[in-house]
Amino acid sequence: MSFSPLSRRGFLKGSAAVAGAATLPNLGYADGHSPLTVGFVYVGPKDDFGYNQAHAEGAAAVKAMEGVVVVEEENVAETIDVQKSMESMINFDDAKLLFPTSFGYFDPHVLAVAPKNPDVRFQHAAGLWTEGMPSNVGSYFGYIGMGQYLNGITAGHATQTKKIGFVAAKPIPQVLLNINSFLLGARQVDPEITCQVIFTGEWSLAVKEAEATNALADAGCDVITCHVDGPKVVMETAAGRDCFVCGYHANQAPLAPEKYLTGAEWNWAGIYTSMVQTVLDGGTIDNFVRGGLADGFIKMSPLGPAVSDASRAQFEATKAEIMAGGFAAIKGPLKDNTGNVIAADGEGFAEDDIALESMNYLVEGVIGSTS
Amino acid sequence: MDTDLGYWIIPLAIIGGAIRVSTPFLFVSLGEALTERSGRINLGLEGTLVFGAMSGYAVAYLTGSPWLGVLAAALCGALFGLVHGVICSLPRVNDIAIGIAMMILGMGLAFYFGKPFVQPVAPDLPAISFGWWSDIPQVRAALEVNVLFLIGAGLAVLLWWMLRATRVGLTLRVVGDSTDAARAMGLRPALIRTCATAVGGAFAGVGGAYLSLYYPGSWNEGISSGQGLMAVALVIFARWNPLACFGAALLFGGAGALGPVLQSVGVSEGYYLFFAAPYVLTLGVLIATSSPKRAMTGAPGELSITK
Repeated sequence: MSFSPLSRRGFLKGSAAVAGAATLPNLGYADGHSPLTVGFVYVGPKDDFGYNQAHAEGAAAVKAMEGVVVVEEENVAETIDVQKSMESMINFDDAKLLFPTSFGYFDPHVLAVAPKNPDVRFQHAAGLWTEGMPSNVGSYFGYIGMGQYLNGITAGHATQTKKIGFVAAKPIPQVLLNINSFLLGARQVDPEITCQVIFTGEWSLAVKEAEATNALADAGCDVITCHVDGPKVVMETAAGRDCFVCGYHANQAPLAPEKYLTGAEWNWAGIYTSMVQTVLDGGTIDNFVRGGLADGFIKMSPLGPAVSDASRAQFEATKAEIMAGGFAAIKGPLKDNTGNVIAADGEGFAEDDIALESMNYLVEGVIGSTS
Repeated sequence: MDTDLGYWIIPLAIIGGAIRVSTPFLFVSLGEALTERSGRINLGLEGTLVFGAMSGYAVAYLTGSPWLGVLAAALCGALFGLVHGVICSLPRVNDIAIGIAMMILGMGLAFYFGKPFVQPVAPDLPAISFGWWSDIPQVRAALEVNVLFLIGAGLAVLLWWMLRATRVGLTLRVVGDSTDAARAMGLRPALIRTCATAVGGAFAGVGGAYLSLYYPGSWNEGISSGQGLMAVALVIFARWNPLACFGAALLFGGAGALGPVLQSVGVSEGYYLFFAAPYVLTLGVLIATSSPKRAMTGAPGELSITK
C-alpha cells in the first residue's frame, strides 16, 4: 500500500486536530464537558469464557463510569490490523486511553503507534515496559500463577490417580509459570503427584484442545486445567470424561458445575476503573504495573461442591499466606524436569520477582518439554 | 480411571481420534466429491461448514433438539451450495473465485449471526457406546461413536454405489466428464451441477453441525481450524471416490490425534512436527501415487483444475 502526500488518514488526522483545537482549553475530563473515550481491543470474541471475556468484563465496568465512553473491537489479529484498529479509535472516535489487551499487540504494534500519538495513553496487558520505551505506554499484568498454585491445592486433594493434567497453548514464560505453579500447589498436598502437560501450539484450536484433553484423560489424569484463550472446550470435554476441572481466565463453573473445583480468574474491573479514574482526575498511570491477589488483580472462583473440608482449609490458609505478600511458589530445593537446579534450599522467587517473567523450564514432576 | 495402558494408549488414541475427529472431514469431502464429479469445484465449503456449525448450534439451542439443528445446518448448507451453483451457471464465471468469495461470506455471516450463541449451552447429539464389552475406561471412551459418524459411513457406501451403478450416478458422471456429450444426450449440465453443488453444501453443513453439536461440542468463532479446506484437498487425495474419502477422513482424524497422545506418553520433543503429520502424509501419498505419464485417474474431465 502506498500513501499519497495527503492520505485519507493524514487528512482526517489534520482535520481532527483543527476540530480538536477548538476544545483545547478543556483539557481535564472531570468538568463534564467532553467525555473521555476509552478503547478496548480484543484478540478473540469477547464472550469466550476466557481471556477476552475477562477483559470485556473489565470494560463493562468502565462503561458504567460517569463521563466515559467505551469503544470496543474484537477479533483483531496480532498483525498490522491492530495498528489500524487503534488508529481508527484515535482518529475517528477520539479515544484518549487505549487498552490493547493481547500479548502480541505490544511489540511492534503498540510501540509503533504510540510515538505518533503522544497525547494518547496506551495500556497494554502482559507486556514488559522497560525504560526507553515511549512514556505514553504502560504495561500491567497480574500474578495469576498464584491462582494456578491455589488451583493445584484443590487438585492435589481431588486427585485419586496422583496424576493431574494441563492443556497449554505455547511454552512462553507465563504459561510455564502457570504449569509449574499448578503442580507445586498440588505437591503441597502430596509430593508424589505428577502433572502431564500437552501443548496445542496455538491460543485457540478447539478440536486440538479437545483431543489434548482426551489424551490427558486416557493417560490417567483426573484433574485438568488449562492455559488457552477460551477454556470452554477443555472444561466441557474434561467434565465429560469424568475428570475434575480447575478454571482459568474467567469463571467456568456454569460449564461443569459438579466437576469445577475452583479457578484462577482475572479481576480487571477494579483495575480498569481505577486506571480510568486516574486519567479522569488528570493524573498519570505508572508505566509498569503488576499486582496479585492482595492487590485485586486476580481472584479465585468460589470453591465447587466437590472440594473437601481438608482441601478448603488448606486452600484458605495458603490464600491467606499469599494475601500477606512476598509468597514464593517457586522455592528451593527445586530442580527442573531435566535435572538442573532452579533454586537451592532456602532460595525462592517471590511472586513479584521479575525473573519469573522469563521462565524457560518445567519443574521436576511435570511431564512434558518446553520445545 | 486408574488403568495404565502404557504405549497401548497410542493405537487406542489414534482409533478414538479417527472416530471423533474424522466426521467433519468425511461429510465435507463426500459433498465435495459429489460436486466435483459433476464438474465444478466449490471451495466455499469451509464457509458452509462454519455457517452450518453456527446455524446447527443456534437451532439446537432454540428448539432443544440437536436433530433439528442438524436439519437446519443441512438446509443452510444447501442454500449456500445453491447460491454457488446458480452464480457459476452464468456465463464466464469462475467457480474457484466464487468459491473463495462464498467461503469468506459464509464465515462472516456465521460470526455475525452467531454472536448471541457463543455463551449458551446447546444439547449434544447422542452417541452410541460400542465399548460395553470392555472394563477399560480408555477403550470405552474411544468407542463412543456418534450417530452422524455412522450415517456418514453409510452415505459413503451409498454414494459409491450410486455413482457406479445407478442412472443418477451415470448422469452426474457424464455431466462431469464432458459437457458436450451431456448436451448431446439431452441433459442440462448447469441444472445438474447446481443440484450437485446444493447437495454437497448440505453435506458440508452437516459436517459443521457435528463440530458444534458433538465434538468439540460448542460454538465459537474458532471452531473450525480449516477442516473445510482440508477436506477439499482430501477429495483429490481420495481420487474422487466416496469410499476412499471415508478412508482418507479416518486417516486424517487418526493422524490428528497423534500429536497430543505422543506428548501424553512422554514423547514431548518436537510436537509441532507431529501436528504436521497429516499434511506430511498427504504430500507423501500424492507424490507416491503421481505419474508423469498419465493424467490423474478418476478426475472428472470438466473440472477446471484438470482441464
